[in-house]
Amino acid sequence: MSAISELSSFTRRKGKVTAEEKKANKRDNKAAYISLLPWLVGLVAITIGPMLMSLYLSFTDYNLLQPPEWTGLDNFTRMLSDARLHNSLRVTFTYVFIGVPLQLAVALLIALVLDKGLRGLPFYRSVFYLPSLLGGSVAVAILWKQIFGTTGLVNQVLAMFGIQGPGWISDPSTALGSIILLHVWTFGAPMIIFLAGLRQIPAMYYEAAKVDGASTLQQFWRITMPMLSPIIFFNLVLQIIGSFQSFTQAFIVSGGNGGPSDSTMFFTLYLYQKGFGQFDMGYASAMAWVLLLIIGVFTAINFIASKYWVFYDD
Amino acid sequence: MTTKLETLPSPEKKSTGAGKPTNRKPRVRESRGTLAFSRAQRGKSLMKHGILIVAGALMIYPLLWMVVSSLRPNEMIFREPGLWLNSLEMSNYTSGWSALTHPFGHYMLNSAIVVIGSILGNLVSCSMAAYAFARLQFTGKKLFFGIMLLTIMLPFHVVIVPQYILFSQIGWVNTFWPLLVPKLLATDAFFVFLMVQFIRGIPRELDEAARIDGAGHPRIFLRVILPLMVPALATTTIFTFIWTWNDFFGALIYLTDPDMFTVPVALRAFVDSQSATSWGSLFAMSIVSLLPVFLVFLFGQRFLIKGIATTGIK
Repeated sequence: MSAISELSSFTRRKGKVTAEEKKANKRDNKAAYISLLPWLVGLVAITIGPMLMSLYLSFTDYNLLQPPEWTGLDNFTRMLSDARLHNSLRVTFTYVFIGVPLQLAVALLIALVLDKGLRGLPFYRSVFYLPSLLGGSVAVAILWKQIFGTTGLVNQVLAMFGIQGPGWISDPSTALGSIILLHVWTFGAPMIIFLAGLRQIPAMYYEAAKVDGASTLQQFWRITMPMLSPIIFFNLVLQIIGSFQSFTQAFIVSGGNGGPSDSTMFFTLYLYQKGFGQFDMGYASAMAWVLLLIIGVFTAINFIASKYWVFYDD
Repeated sequence: MTTKLETLPSPEKKSTGAGKPTNRKPRVRESRGTLAFSRAQRGKSLMKHGILIVAGALMIYPLLWMVVSSLRPNEMIFREPGLWLNSLEMSNYTSGWSALTHPFGHYMLNSAIVVIGSILGNLVSCSMAAYAFARLQFTGKKLFFGIMLLTIMLPFHVVIVPQYILFSQIGWVNTFWPLLVPKLLATDAFFVFLMVQFIRGIPRELDEAARIDGAGHPRIFLRVILPLMVPALATTTIFTFIWTWNDFFGALIYLTDPDMFTVPVALRAFVDSQSATSWGSLFAMSIVSLLPVFLVFLFGQRFLIKGIATTGIK
């Protein structure tokens, strides 16, 4: 069903011919390639071509004006001693590895509360889902900038209790936290996926467990979690991939500079500054490939680790 | 993993519940019927509603506060955390509308052009590719399908530098083409996948009946498949609308001329040009920019929820 299960079943099913394929055994190459033409052109011109090009550029010094000059591994060795880049990695990792689990935990929690045929469910679901549609917009980032400002909404509320809050986004120790909170706020999309997953767990499992005297907590750990684990895994993979690429919120909240003192300088923000601020296209390309590599490695780790905790019903 | 995710509500089952997102489960009715509902259970349900109402209010409060604040005199934004309105102040909207080089409607129009172009591009190119993947046998199908799935997860940043170079050499910077052409070439592989899933759920007998009647592939695609995949097309339309309307990164890179600004980059220019004194008008235009997304959410909710529940992507 999902792209991820499709990908993994893709490797599993190798060699086997499905009934569907047997039925339509004859090939329609001409019709197929005509139908696929826009996608194929896009794949070559918009995706694979630029990917190879950026791989090449990552070994060059290129500023758009002069032709690229081959510098070998220069960009990569520069990265090793680029303290701002190391910091941007730290910021990004913090964001991903705190923001994603937190967001998924909230999504799962609310989905669990929502699941059991609650009255008013569609209304609640809409309320929780709406922020995930708006969260990626510049407008919401602007709102966040105000809310967590020195005299913003959060501090106004705290002041009612006599607490003087910090300037959340102007303080390097809390700025990233406010952006992580924005990410958590958009838990609605994974929540919907969890809800769909919870619906699919056969009610008889719970009935049988109840007959055997299992507590609610036991039911959760022994039935819900294993049955839901493929969906948790799916959400985890996609959210990690997506969060590594977060850009807009940090850009708007920090006014484009990743401040204060680089505390919200995401890797993508630094890449943007290098590539489109300083037109250091070679370095930016090298960074892009490092990003791809990092995402690839974490996705691979995720897939490997999934063998130990994701439960397959087949 | 496959089976679990495959049992998510799939497109072919959609028709039954399409009209009513409520989809009430029989469980609800049962519990209401048995009035000998234990006290503990009623307490539990009350607690659930309590949690959901508090959580939901917390989620939505910032948005409501932004709406209310946009209708207040500017200095109140930093003083009034409540939602009570003493008077309606429309001046934020009038001043915000004309705060930039062009009236805000100009940027909305630019955004509308990009959004409509993107929707048309995605509908045509993705459905063509999906038809080939779902219905036709051709050399290299498995390989291409695998690549298509992988490109869903490919970070945009890996291709952005060469893409920028490519489009700037063609002279397309500060035109909408760099934002539109990729959509015409089905690079939003997510939608290809969504449509493949949907077409697989359409009975093959329909194709075969048409084939026996002498229809070729173009005819089967246009006359049989396309009319039946309207729900998938609707989901694609709505997601494309929201994602394109919110898209900041692409517009930030390719649109630097204020004439060509879409709404997100216009808002960003607004943030940068204003000191903290005009939050009211900034909020007002943020609300204006969120309004189309909100309306789409209101009317297209069922497609959105089905869309993410079936394919599991935000």
